[in-house]
Amino acid sequence: MTYQPQADFGTPPSRSDEMVNCTIDGIAVTVPAGTSILRAAAEQDVAIPKLCATDSVKAFGSCRLCLVEIEGRRGTPASCTTPVEAGMVISTQSPNLSNLRRNVMELYVSDHPLTCSTCGADGDCELQDQAAAVGVSASRYGDKALPLAKDSSNPYFDFDPAMCIVCSRCVRACDEVQGTLALTVQGRGWDSAISAGTASDSFLGSECVSCGACVQACPTASLIEKKVVELGVPDTSTVTTCAYCGVGCTFRAETRDGQVVRMVPEKNGKANRGHSCVKGRFAWGYAQHQERILKPMIRKSIDDPWREVEWDEAFAYTAAELKRISATHGKHALGGITSSRCTNEETFLVQKLVRAGFGNNNVDTCARVCHSPTGYGLKTTFGTSAGTQDFDSVEDCDLMLVIGANPTDGHPVFASRMKRRLREGAKLIVIDPRRIDMVHMPHIEADHHLALRPGTNVAVLTAMAHVIVTEGLANEAFVRERCDWDEYSHWADFVAQDRNSPEFLQAVTNVPAPALREAARAYATGGNSAIYYGLGVTEHSQGSSTVMAIANLAMACGMIGRRGVGVNPLRGQNNVQGACDMGSFPHELSGYRHVSDGDTRRLFEADWGVPLDPEPGLRIPNMLDAATDGVFKAIYIQGEDILQSDPNTVHVSAGLKAMECVIVHDLFLNETANYAHIFLPGSTFLEKNGTFTNAERRIQMVRKVMEPLNGLEDWEVTQRLAQEMGLNWSYAHPSEIMDEVARLTPTFAGVSFAKLDQEGSLQWPVNAAAPEGSPIMHIDGFVRGKGKFVVTDYVPTDEKTGPRFPLLLTTGRILSQYNVGAQTRRTENVVWHQEDLLEIHPVDAEDRGIKTGDWIKLASRAGETTLRATVTDRVAPGVVYTTFHHPATQANVVTTEFSDWATNCPEYKVTAVQITPSNGPTDWQEDYEALSERSRRIVHEVAAE
Amino acid sequence: MTSLERLVLMANQIAANQMHEPDPIAATANHIHLFWDPRMKAQICEHSDALNATAAAAVLQLANG
Repeated sequence: MTYQPQADFGTPPSRSDEMVNCTIDGIAVTVPAGTSILRAAAEQDVAIPKLCATDSVKAFGSCRLCLVEIEGRRGTPASCTTPVEAGMVISTQSPNLSNLRRNVMELYVSDHPLTCSTCGADGDCELQDQAAAVGVSASRYGDKALPLAKDSSNPYFDFDPAMCIVCSRCVRACDEVQGTLALTVQGRGWDSAISAGTASDSFLGSECVSCGACVQACPTASLIEKKVVELGVPDTSTVTTCAYCGVGCTFRAETRDGQVVRMVPEKNGKANRGHSCVKGRFAWGYAQHQERILKPMIRKSIDDPWREVEWDEAFAYTAAELKRISATHGKHALGGITSSRCTNEETFLVQKLVRAGFGNNNVDTCARVCHSPTGYGLKTTFGTSAGTQDFDSVEDCDLMLVIGANPTDGHPVFASRMKRRLREGAKLIVIDPRRIDMVHMPHIEADHHLALRPGTNVAVLTAMAHVIVTEGLANEAFVRERCDWDEYSHWADFVAQDRNSPEFLQAVTNVPAPALREAARAYATGGNSAIYYGLGVTEHSQGSSTVMAIANLAMACGMIGRRGVGVNPLRGQNNVQGACDMGSFPHELSGYRHVSDGDTRRLFEADWGVPLDPEPGLRIPNMLDAATDGVFKAIYIQGEDILQSDPNTVHVSAGLKAMECVIVHDLFLNETANYAHIFLPGSTFLEKNGTFTNAERRIQMVRKVMEPLNGLEDWEVTQRLAQEMGLNWSYAHPSEIMDEVARLTPTFAGVSFAKLDQEGSLQWPVNAAAPEGSPIMHIDGFVRGKGKFVVTDYVPTDEKTGPRFPLLLTTGRILSQYNVGAQTRRTENVVWHQEDLLEIHPVDAEDRGIKTGDWIKLASRAGETTLRATVTDRVAPGVVYTTFHHPATQANVVTTEFSDWATNCPEYKVTAVQITPSNGPTDWQEDYEALSERSRRIVHEVAAE
Repeated sequence: MTSLERLVLMANQIAANQMHEPDPIAATANHIHLFWDPRMKAQICEHSDALNATAAAAVLQLANG
């Protein structure tokens, strides 16, 4: 698609339902009340010159360029700050206005170097365009640009104050869009300058989170992407979907001569509404990183070096190995893992290959280790394994309960929308052992922070339910109408018991009873209350129970089925929802239908032409156990690095080592590939077509921006392998795979690429009952019929602290890095996070003689590793915290095999540990580093003479 | 932890979380039936002696079809 800049209507849209009529340059216009004249004109393609206005931020009225004349009124008001009123007759052009605008523009230009032809933004500069529009090419006042130094500290963009016209769009974007408030205007009059507000006044050293909102808002080259300066302004753009977190931001991939110049958030993106974060906006350089593997590789033994081969040989060898193992050890010796980083279509094909090709249900997905309890818990209580709302719903939320989530780091773009709503006055309850940023940040202060002991989510939520039931705060009318009353009564009797009171449970939870009571009352009585949760809920031995306890609370208070409320799982990866929807779990076909259901199975059997196994297959941890037992011998892993991401690394490595054929299909030689026999190179999201489904069930297009560097899209790799295995697949395009999904999956019945192209995105269910999709679920009734209350008794984890391991470790992620870091570690994001650090409370650090920056040994019953310490009261005494982004640390050497009772989701969030000073890496780290080096040797293909 | 020890732990955990169901034994048996692969079911049925009372009864129910 040729390059078209995004339309800018000057000011944000009005949400008013009341309409007003006016006339602009003789055109009759009808707009919602509150719409600015600037916007009303722009919507009619009447362009009023402007500089300080842009539609991502509120009107400011400083540049005086957007002046208009209004019949019957004196003066020339700024059209950005003047709302349309009924009957107004507005003129946007007149000799007087032209004179005024030229004078204003001359003043602006006098403060700006007139070096357009050598400027990186030449051709993509609003100041340049507006100067031309008002007929100014020079200034009578001369060139008085200040000789200020450029700030190039940020790895992705430059700030050149000499180019700045101090329109403050960047400051307002940081305040209003991102909500970080990192920037300000320093000085007065001629000395006014944008400042990042630090002693050195550099962007890198400031509070800036590099979301790019300021760069996007800047109307000059003052804030400009380094890539634009390097490669030139883009000439093509393609709308696609980000491949990082579960928010699923819509981006324009803007290219020049086939090279990506920049990723710009699409204003019409329904998930991100024009915003972005440092990962999606800037951290896409991994796609062309020198460590990408572009040729297939094989080896007989993991002790051998890799040998590069052509695709044909790779497929023939892989299929032969799988057939040999199936013939020798039986079909149940094979399995596969789908990836939440891959598209719906790719995921669907991998599970189909396992079920139809391998002949079993041994397929699982990385959602096993993150949101599998969400699937179980919400299906049990509501009838659907998905969140209930769209992201827009937060605009009507009066109270947010954030539990086990750190949105500003994990889901930053949605966090900005949450923060905006909080600044508007919504209340906030945070339930988290750590003082996450949302507890206290500029203009936001959590009303309640329940810093619970890790592992006691169920106890806290049950205690909240106790307060709600015993104080008569439950919405019984809602429950009687929408839920099973007998089940509610059984549940209410249970939670009302004294042993579930906040006072009784505070010894377990460490949450003071009065604080918990206040939080419970606030949730029940705060108007529209919505629960947002993350992996701090699911990655526990009672992860599924916690999800059901959340659902119980929402139903008891009637917080389901309308805007502003709901149960909202914040999915970790871009396509967690989609991978689950596509039938990646070993017990379910697509659309969450159990393999034992004969009718469903027969539908697939008729379509695929093969019989399907009616018994559930193995989950990932069970596959590894079966491997160490000697009965599971081969695995196809697409887009996952289980060695780094899954718990108890030593056990994972033992399982992989016990297999005869480990096939890794990925971008890089990841840690799992150290144990692989076949490596199939993967393609990035920029190199393929397909769809992702985000945390709000929104199915969005992924569009190819460049040809795959390895020659094949990932779905083509799986198809070629399936064909080599003897399956009669003949998809010509991923759209045909989606057609098959739609044919076989009732909730996707109305989905097609054509419809997605037309609508932009669709939220499932999309079918005859909801042809345009379902932004909010359970409006008139629960999918399962009556909402089900489930008694969630607190069962303490088997992971106990004691004299040897007195501290509790909990893990998470940081803004600049993403999961195992395979992508973000290969970008400039390492500037912000070069290594995993252990957060420890000052009291615990003092006891152990540990200071910030010290090397420490982190030991648990499972293993030990070393990393540096950060002493901070962000964690409570007795609790330590780290991230898992770096293989050198391998935080999961320490985590245990304890898991959720219902789904086997690992208990990452609770590990009993001890911390001691250290002076070097552990034996495991040293051995693993040697193995890793040995395992990554490659014998490159010699070109034929 | 051996794979058998893990299965025992899992079955006991499932039972502990089903104690408020109207029939905890049937609920535990049903959960294992729905989510465990045949080999895991066979293994646990052979080692029910290591289980807590509810899990053991559930496994017996499972073994008896």
